[in-house]
Amino acid sequence: MLKMIVCMKQVPMVSDLPWDPITGTLTRGAAEGMMNPACKHALEAALLLKEKHDGHITAITMGPPSAEEILREAIALGADRCLMVSDPKMAGADTLATSFTLARAIEIFCPDFDLILCGCHTSDSETAQVGPQLSEELDIPSIASVESLELREKTLRITRVSDHFLETLEMDLPGLVTIATGRFIPRYASMAGLGDAFQDPGILTVGARDLGLDEHDVGLKGSATRILDIFTPVGRKENIVLTGAPKKIVEELFERFDDAIGSVIRKDLKAEK
Amino acid sequence: MAEKKHSIWVFGDYRNYFQNRVTLQLLSRANDLAKMIDAEVCATVFGHEVDEWVGEYIAHGASKVYVCDHPALTFYSTDIYVVLMERLVRQYGPEIILVGATSFGREFAPRLAKRLKTGLTADCVGLDINDEGLLVQTAPAFGGSLLTRIVTPEKRPQMATVRPGVFQEIPHNYQAAGEIVNVPLPDDLPEDRIRLVSSERQAAREQKLGDASVVVCGGRGMGSRKKFRNLYDLARVLGGEVGATRPVVYAKWADEDALVGQADKHISPKVLFSFGISGAIQHTAGIKNAGFIIAVNKNPNAAMMKMADVAIVADAGQVCTALIRELKKRIRS
Repeated sequence: MLKMIVCMKQVPMVSDLPWDPITGTLTRGAAEGMMNPACKHALEAALLLKEKHDGHITAITMGPPSAEEILREAIALGADRCLMVSDPKMAGADTLATSFTLARAIEIFCPDFDLILCGCHTSDSETAQVGPQLSEELDIPSIASVESLELREKTLRITRVSDHFLETLEMDLPGLVTIATGRFIPRYASMAGLGDAFQDPGILTVGARDLGLDEHDVGLKGSATRILDIFTPVGRKENIVLTGAPKKIVEELFERFDDAIGSVIRKDLKAEK
Repeated sequence: MAEKKHSIWVFGDYRNYFQNRVTLQLLSRANDLAKMIDAEVCATVFGHEVDEWVGEYIAHGASKVYVCDHPALTFYSTDIYVVLMERLVRQYGPEIILVGATSFGREFAPRLAKRLKTGLTADCVGLDINDEGLLVQTAPAFGGSLLTRIVTPEKRPQMATVRPGVFQEIPHNYQAAGEIVNVPLPDDLPEDRIRLVSSERQAAREQKLGDASVVVCGGRGMGSRKKFRNLYDLARVLGGEVGATRPVVYAKWADEDALVGQADKHISPKVLFSFGISGAIQHTAGIKNAGFIIAVNKNPNAAMMKMADVAIVADAGQVCTALIRELKKRIRS
């Protein structure tokens, strides 16, 4: 039996975040949560291994109570067990505190794992740090941005592209991989699966005290970094704005910038007289 | 020379051209920061037969280089490099460590930070020193729609990874003097837990795009794969190349080769056409060196539109079609 853990995070649907046209900032309150896309790829990689090797998957998330939704989605997709790490004290954790907290939860609630799979990065903060840091915290080997994996006995052979090098690497389990997006295309949950998942009561929720941690270990207080401020990147140019029908716009563009564009493409773009 | 109060370290990442460039760029910024906190700038180089890089880093602003040169270090190994670096950091206590946000750096730096129990900010697009002498790290958040400024107030060293292309390297000076500190390979290094089966250099694929003087970039605002393919027609008429944002590559409207904005895939065309791109920093970091920018987007407030010299408020697909038609009319060979 191959015992796997998939770590996942609930993130806002960034692409749908509405811009406030007056202030030019994001209206974040309107954002809905979803499973981080890269985590879906990690879950897919785990599901493929499960089908092949008689596996068992525990899905873990750390987040606010609403993050339970993504665990139910994981069950609908084929995860066997879920662990929800949630505590108001854990809010504001940086990657150091997050990986520390996840490691304690794993040591207590699923200590006999073979393989941990994480998404390669989240779509909200994009640090790509929690996976590698979790492996350090658990003192197990890890490989980031894996594109294919193959298991023989307790040895995992992977391929990945790292800075223009196509690498084939081997690692003995237990170990951790982060999964690159692109190769493991996530499956869809069936309606029946979703229905069952939302009735399934089997989500274990644990807080700081269950992990034997106090407030200084977790969340903002357990973090090494502090956010000073968050701001919207400002544009750098006073620009020319063209509006109207596409045909008109294009004509105006060439009337004003025929030389600027023509000199680069080495063509005369002047309209015929 | 008076002893400096602090040191700023740059991890020497030299495995290929782009990685070496980001190291040089970081040495340049480290020199700016060093003036603000009375620090010396140091580089670390691990590998085998690495003299070339040691010289290169001194010529680009490192006043000291810690070198561990040994056949056992011929291939990049995250496991071993993390152990080596941790020991050096504990021995010499740098105030700041900067690492290029390459594939390697993004795996190496978090593990090093974890061992040192210190903070790390990923993919910085800006570094500064504030009134308290802290390293202020500016990093993208929420898909690049926002920027965050982050500090590590107490833990040391302060660590950041930085995207290639954020800073300009200093022109080389091969007369510059630098101290070389040879670090012997420790005889109690743990065994590498990762076994290398093979490692093959892939042909550099993005060169054509990187060197093109005209680039047509498209984002999800193109609406569909079919409409996105029109950009290739436009690029052909202009004699340019096509670039794409990450969502477009994920949606398989374009090949990964076309991805502009992530580490390494930077373009510097003289003219850039940008279609249906909102302007997340992950993308705009890759087009900072573009000359004349023409952006098309239905949303006049999109960040990309604010970066443009000409902002066209219209449907990207329709403007693309109109442009092709107008260009064919005007180009009379």
